[in-house]
Amino acid sequence: MRPRKSNVKMFYQLPKSIRIFTMAEESPIIVEFRAVNFEIGAAKILDDINLQIHKGEILILLGESGCGKTTTLKLINRLIEPTSGEVFIEGKATTSWDTIILRRRIGYVLQEAGLFPHFSVAENVALVPDLENWDAAKKRERTAEMLELVGLNPQKFADRYPHELSGGQRQRVGVARALAANPDLLLLDEPFGALDAITRVNLQKEFAALVKDLGKTAVFVTHDLHEAFILGTRICLMDKGRIVLNDTPENFRQSDLPLARAYLETILATEFTETTEKFKKNSITRK
Amino acid sequence: MNFFEFLQQNWLELFALTREHLFLVFVSTAFAVLIGVPLGILLTRRESLQTPILGTANILQTVPSLALFGLLIPLPFIGGIGAKTAIIALALYSFLPVIRNAVTGIVGVDPKIKEAATAMGMTDGQILKMVELPLALPVILTGVRVAVVIAVGVATIAAAVGAGGLGTYIFRGLRQNDNNLLLAGAISSAVLALVADFAVGQIEKIYALDVRRNKTAQRKRIFILVSAAVLILTIFTLPFVLNFKSEISNPAIANQTIRVGSKDFTESIILAEILAQSLERCGVAVERQFELGGNLAHNALLAGQIDVYPEYTGTAFTAILKRQPLTDAAEVYRQTRREYAERFDLDLSPPLGFSNDFAILVRGEVARKNNLKTVSEAVPLSKNWQTGFGQDFMSRADGYAGFSRAYNFNFAKQPREMDLSLTYRALAAGQIDLIAGNSTDGLIAALDLFQLVDDKKYFPPYQAVFIARGDKSETLRETFAKLENAISTDEMRRLNYAVDGEKLAPKVVAAQWLK
Repeated sequence: MRPRKSNVKMFYQLPKSIRIFTMAEESPIIVEFRAVNFEIGAAKILDDINLQIHKGEILILLGESGCGKTTTLKLINRLIEPTSGEVFIEGKATTSWDTIILRRRIGYVLQEAGLFPHFSVAENVALVPDLENWDAAKKRERTAEMLELVGLNPQKFADRYPHELSGGQRQRVGVARALAANPDLLLLDEPFGALDAITRVNLQKEFAALVKDLGKTAVFVTHDLHEAFILGTRICLMDKGRIVLNDTPENFRQSDLPLARAYLETILATEFTETTEKFKKNSITRK
Repeated sequence: MNFFEFLQQNWLELFALTREHLFLVFVSTAFAVLIGVPLGILLTRRESLQTPILGTANILQTVPSLALFGLLIPLPFIGGIGAKTAIIALALYSFLPVIRNAVTGIVGVDPKIKEAATAMGMTDGQILKMVELPLALPVILTGVRVAVVIAVGVATIAAAVGAGGLGTYIFRGLRQNDNNLLLAGAISSAVLALVADFAVGQIEKIYALDVRRNKTAQRKRIFILVSAAVLILTIFTLPFVLNFKSEISNPAIANQTIRVGSKDFTESIILAEILAQSLERCGVAVERQFELGGNLAHNALLAGQIDVYPEYTGTAFTAILKRQPLTDAAEVYRQTRREYAERFDLDLSPPLGFSNDFAILVRGEVARKNNLKTVSEAVPLSKNWQTGFGQDFMSRADGYAGFSRAYNFNFAKQPREMDLSLTYRALAAGQIDLIAGNSTDGLIAALDLFQLVDDKKYFPPYQAVFIARGDKSETLRETFAKLENAISTDEMRRLNYAVDGEKLAPKVVAAQWLK
């Protein structure tokens, strides 16, 4: 991967993301939720969601399982439709978009990558370009470019199959696949959740740099505040189908909302773990 | 004759039957797959249909195979006799595993992968073609494998509806008490099942994920499989291409072909063969449609699928015309002939000279010990006897009920209802004590059985005749005249024994008699 490592570090060490956030505030709105409710039978999964996501933001949907964060994500590429209210993408309600066109404009990464086991790495990455009937040479070029971008050597990996890759490598392929057709918007559903700690932290940093570099907008679902701090320009804390806090990471730290405080309590432990992981990683590289 | 000599003499026929068997299995499985897989896909799209359709397939599979064949026979278009009916029945049997595995395979695809596919903007058709079917293929092929093995087994029953196949040997073996035939039929179909199972297993392997990823290995396996299939087809087809060339090449007489049928027992086959060969000697082309079970021959005649078959006046009179039994042979012949002409436009040939009446049989040793001659003399001894009768005798108007009433039999035990040909064997083995056989049966002498005289003249006469379609009687008249009164009861018994006892082919026995 050819990300500027220094950039990543700066971004991570000095969480002055307020500056980035105000920049985003002025950019156009890519995704907007207006009074969105989602129910399954009598159960209310989402309760009056109002949310604007600007170009260039990495918005974190944070919360415990069952809080509605994944549901919120799936409403964006119309994997599900709201019971009431509307979701707008680039100013147009998802229900007025051609679903197929809408989805092909939005990258999607999910846990365990969701790669097709019977497709090679190259075939997986070239999936959307293939559906869009790109010509073979252009597809090949783009695939190599994408693999390069996520830090996988195309010569070495293009013809392998998902089961021959490590979890981290699979996740990189998943990101490459999502980016292949050059979408402006990326949706990620706990993509790094199943990875071991070292791989996870590396990928998180690389991913943050990558998205910023490419100027993409991303919506990222996680239950890990640490991950939210590393990646997010804004954090949406959700609880029982509602957004209870929607603010910058900086302001999140200051919040006295009990749930936010509870999350902040966990981070001390995580930060400790991470130092240890870093130490371990260094000692491994030294060998 | 030992088994290997038998194989040596009959390998050509065995190959023909195997080829028929393969054909039935292949076509029916192809049907089941062509209909079953799309149906399975539909069920994954419309879940509300799953219960009714899978339920129906389930019920179909629980219907005993012989019953399913029987149920199909009277149906228009899909019914009747021959390969068509058999293929439909086999396909119905094969549906369940095919549909169920298609559903299981597709539903079983990892939901994460389906979610990814949907989120990438694949259409439903693309998801099906590019993701679900390829990933479900191993499971679908397992279903096909099960279907093929079931079809190989059930296809042996197809012989009962005149579809041929290895079941022909099994049924014939049971009837003629011939272990060589039984073994040849049973072993061949078992081997066929194993080979088919193995072959589909190989196809399954080609499409297993790890082989699919390795294109060279996949190509190698496909090559091996295709070569094996071609080799097998050649082995089973070549002898026929060489053999049958001469037979087909005479279009001049092909339009006046006579299709000769027979029932599924030795005597009927011999008589049909005698007729067929007599016709062939007069230059008439003949098509043989032998060994039709139950009342199939009559139905096939009415449906125009055969033109002529041997029948007995008593059977025609009571079982088909549903009349009360009469004892006067000439009267039965006269009435049957008239009614057949009126009701069915069918023609009775002159009597062939013998009649095949019901013969009440006991073991020879029992008859000698008790000095039995007539049925009435057996009545006092019979209290604790176990009787055994063919299905036909148990159900017909002139059968068991009337018989035991007429003679005042009072059997303590329920009669065993079993396959007619097996009753001879069971009687000789001492497992049952009294049966109703056929008076011309060669096994009577061969197994040392004794026929008790019908002293109360209960059984109607069963004169042998041919029954032909009205529109063919011109062609047949001359041959019928030649065969009038030509075969005596003793002669018929000898002919039957030549087949059942000496294991000669009906074709050979008929040819010898015609000389």
